[in-house]
Amino acid sequence: MLGRTLQEVSAALKQGQITPVELCQKCLSLIKKTKFLNAYITISEEVALKQAEESEKRYKKGHSLGALDGIPVAVKDNFSTSGIETTCASNMLKGYVPPYNATVVQRLLDQGAVLMGKTNLDEFAMGSGSTDGVFGPVKNPWSYSKQYREKRKQKPHGENEDSNWLITGGSSGGSAAAVSAFTCFAALGSDTGGSTRNPAAHCGIVGFKPSYGLVSRHGLIPLVNSMDVPGILTRCVDDAATVLGVLAGHDPKDSTTIQDPGKPFMLSSLTDVSKLCIGIPKEYLVPELSSEVRSFWSKAANLFESEGAKVIEVSLPHTSYSIVCYHVLCTSEVASNMARFDGLEYGHRCDIDVSTEAMYAATRREGFNDVVRGRILAGNFFLLKENYANYFIKAQKVRRLIANDFVNVFNSGVDVLLTPTTLSEAVPYLEFIKEDNRTRSAQDDIFTQAVNMAGLPARQPEQPGRQVVEHVVETVPGDVKNAQKQ
Amino acid sequence: MAAPMLRGRCLGRCWALACIDSGSRHGRGAATGFTSSGKRGQSFVAQQPLLTAQKSRKGEHKWAAVVGLEIHAQIASNSKLFSGSQVHFAAPPNSLVSFFDASLPGTLPVLNRRCVEAAVMTGLALNCHINKKSLFDRKHYFYADLPAGYQITQQRLPIAVNGSLAYSVCVGKKWRQVITKTVRIKQIQLEQDSGKSLHDELRSQTLIDLNRAGVGLLEVVLEPDMSCGEEAATAVRELQLILQALGTSQANMAEGQLRVDANISVHHPGEPLGVRTEVKNLNSARFLARAIDYEIQRQINELENGCEILNETRSFDYKLGCTVPMRDKEGKQDYRFMPEPNLPPLLLYDTASLPAGADPQQVINIDRIREQLPELPSETREKLIQQYGILPEHSFALLNEVGLLEFFQNVIKETRAEPKKVTSWVLNIFLGFLKQRNLAVNESPVTPSVLAELLNLLDRKVISSAAAKQVMDMKRGNPRAINKLIGLVRKVTHNRADPTVIKEILEKQLSS
Repeated sequence: MLGRTLQEVSAALKQGQITPVELCQKCLSLIKKTKFLNAYITISEEVALKQAEESEKRYKKGHSLGALDGIPVAVKDNFSTSGIETTCASNMLKGYVPPYNATVVQRLLDQGAVLMGKTNLDEFAMGSGSTDGVFGPVKNPWSYSKQYREKRKQKPHGENEDSNWLITGGSSGGSAAAVSAFTCFAALGSDTGGSTRNPAAHCGIVGFKPSYGLVSRHGLIPLVNSMDVPGILTRCVDDAATVLGVLAGHDPKDSTTIQDPGKPFMLSSLTDVSKLCIGIPKEYLVPELSSEVRSFWSKAANLFESEGAKVIEVSLPHTSYSIVCYHVLCTSEVASNMARFDGLEYGHRCDIDVSTEAMYAATRREGFNDVVRGRILAGNFFLLKENYANYFIKAQKVRRLIANDFVNVFNSGVDVLLTPTTLSEAVPYLEFIKEDNRTRSAQDDIFTQAVNMAGLPARQPEQPGRQVVEHVVETVPGDVKNAQKQ
Repeated sequence: MAAPMLRGRCLGRCWALACIDSGSRHGRGAATGFTSSGKRGQSFVAQQPLLTAQKSRKGEHKWAAVVGLEIHAQIASNSKLFSGSQVHFAAPPNSLVSFFDASLPGTLPVLNRRCVEAAVMTGLALNCHINKKSLFDRKHYFYADLPAGYQITQQRLPIAVNGSLAYSVCVGKKWRQVITKTVRIKQIQLEQDSGKSLHDELRSQTLIDLNRAGVGLLEVVLEPDMSCGEEAATAVRELQLILQALGTSQANMAEGQLRVDANISVHHPGEPLGVRTEVKNLNSARFLARAIDYEIQRQINELENGCEILNETRSFDYKLGCTVPMRDKEGKQDYRFMPEPNLPPLLLYDTASLPAGADPQQVINIDRIREQLPELPSETREKLIQQYGILPEHSFALLNEVGLLEFFQNVIKETRAEPKKVTSWVLNIFLGFLKQRNLAVNESPVTPSVLAELLNLLDRKVISSAAAKQVMDMKRGNPRAINKLIGLVRKVTHNRADPTVIKEILEKQLSS
């Protein structure tokens, strides 16, 4: 049952093949069994069972709220959940219990979804491995797959099985692992530079990044306000569409959400791709790309072509500047967003009370890890009066150029872009930590962050049985065309 | 301690018409005329009338002072600039704080429409150009009363620019000559107020009250077109009256709804401007002029002694009557301004540019706001002069006290006495009467009707002026006065009236 899609389970609930409480208990039991993955920071067992009971009452009366009623979901721990600890995997917010729900969380709960818990991440969503949070790294469920174990048998290592586990990617690794391990049917992640798509790729599931402005950020503890979006992780594209339908839409509490209600969200059951024009950006063919990923990319392109789609090479000329541009803008906004963490109103406060300044300094040193502090320092540097024009403003201009690259391509008849998501498949943790967070982020965000800067929607489609590499960038905000093969 | 005098040759004096504090009128003396070409003469803030034409002791160089102002006015709105929490004065600490005000992570700003309208109204009243597109920025600094670590303001592109504020000074003998001066308004911007810190020295701690955090402010920046404390104080007073007439701010300095920072420098006329200091948080109408003039004098003294002026921030010590450097400003602050990413550009429309089918709830039309602007103080004064033939300086005085104009107009309605007589009575006797008892107009035991009747009696010569004044005394509660009055009435009616009846009538009238 747990291996089914959201839609299948929803049907099963309606038909009474399983009850919400049974479903919830199954998931809870699996979460306990897979604790070694470290996917969850908080398991909201009591809350979940209560919600499941409510759902059950509704099903009994025949008044289910919709496709999400009774469905176990998980939420990344940088979304505010009322009454449930929200830590962002940081010492700074350990013990912080928000008094309100993020809009996206509320929308899920309003549809009857059952909240299993809060998932693990890189501290404050800064990272591409889900290895840098205070609760420890998240392990990729695929590390324990038959496939991987067989692969490793071929290598002369001989250590104990667990020492060479694979990373999930990040920063929404916990959510990706939770979905991939069947402990829930959908999870919320966040995506600022690829943080939903990257772990989705590494964990073999669907990761969807909606257009900026489509889904409310109210309650999402921000990294980069001008790029963050809530992300959706599921095991199939249809499920992602279902969840998006619930989450999308204007929120008066978030002034950056679009007003236009648009058409209600419907996934077309498109199997005919012959009218699609698919663009392959040539700048994404970088030397660092692993041969495996490269071959998958070609395979995917060929698959579309064989089904009648038009596949052409396109150019995004400013691609090579995007990663540095992203880092300048990202660190600047981070420095600003983290300024509120001073220990006064909420969160960690140090013991020093010699002076306010001393208290601030110690609180922030104790509360933040190196990665966060490093980005704050960098960001403040870029925002200094003497640097602002050369760094921040320049980066904004380059950002405009990058966004225009996409606009030009989509205006020339291309419907979707097909690119890799990651340079290679998921690496072992021991391999990953050989480089620091900054280096890894620079490497791993390379295909994904341009889309964040342009505000575009993008999807990491799943491929059961393998760690996926394709990455599809959509043109029309929120209108996910099902360019999926069987 | 007397306010310090300005040395150097005086070119003239400027006497502000509007009293900031009617009890602290500066000493009078012969004015020597004032050029209206805008040349920056000197102002004179003496309590000592001897300093009419003091020659400078050091050198013959004249000094000119340059004063600019940054005025923060709290917007009169039900809720705060970016959140729905209420705006109230003196509420229990931390009882008006929303999640956003407390900077809880994940909360986002949502712009308050009323605050935008207030800004547009104020901009229009001050002859500004309203920017159809304006932007919000973050101004970063760490302080306990700033929960987010930054203030949302408008640094790059504020909502209104390039306006002007006219105020009047009286010169000449008995201040009969009214000169209108103008100060340019650089800009008006919307920004958040901070919370309040209360320093508890006893326990070495600071208590933070966030009730005020996030309240909407209009920052009005006045160019350095003023040259002395009185001019600055008058300009501030006029701005107060305008804001109150518009209803965009109650502008009550005592309640912190209007705060003034002054930028002051001195130089020799013809030479470049001097280094300026900023004097912050001048929150008392009473001391505004005094503080500015002190600082002007301090700078002159320093320079004449061969010292340099530091570009620093100072505050005014009310007890000592002088400006002191603010201790915690080490070096210049870099506020690391950054665009506020959670607020899209603010777009305003006029009738011509209004998009078809736009939801009126979601758009602001500048033309409509202009049409609905209430009467401004300058218009009101002009009408008074035209309608009642009163003197300009009297029109200022009538508007200067809360409720006085209304009182005056009510008296006029009910009396046959000449407006000039009414004016004289209201401004001199009535106002004096209130000031002696430290009463506001709305606390006056003498109602407009009573005064009107008194004036009628006076007009018909039924009673004398002296008697009428005594009646006012009666209202204070002096029963002997009424007997005297009765005596007078009897006299006037040639002793034909029955004293008891007169007493009854008078008492009835006076107690109503």
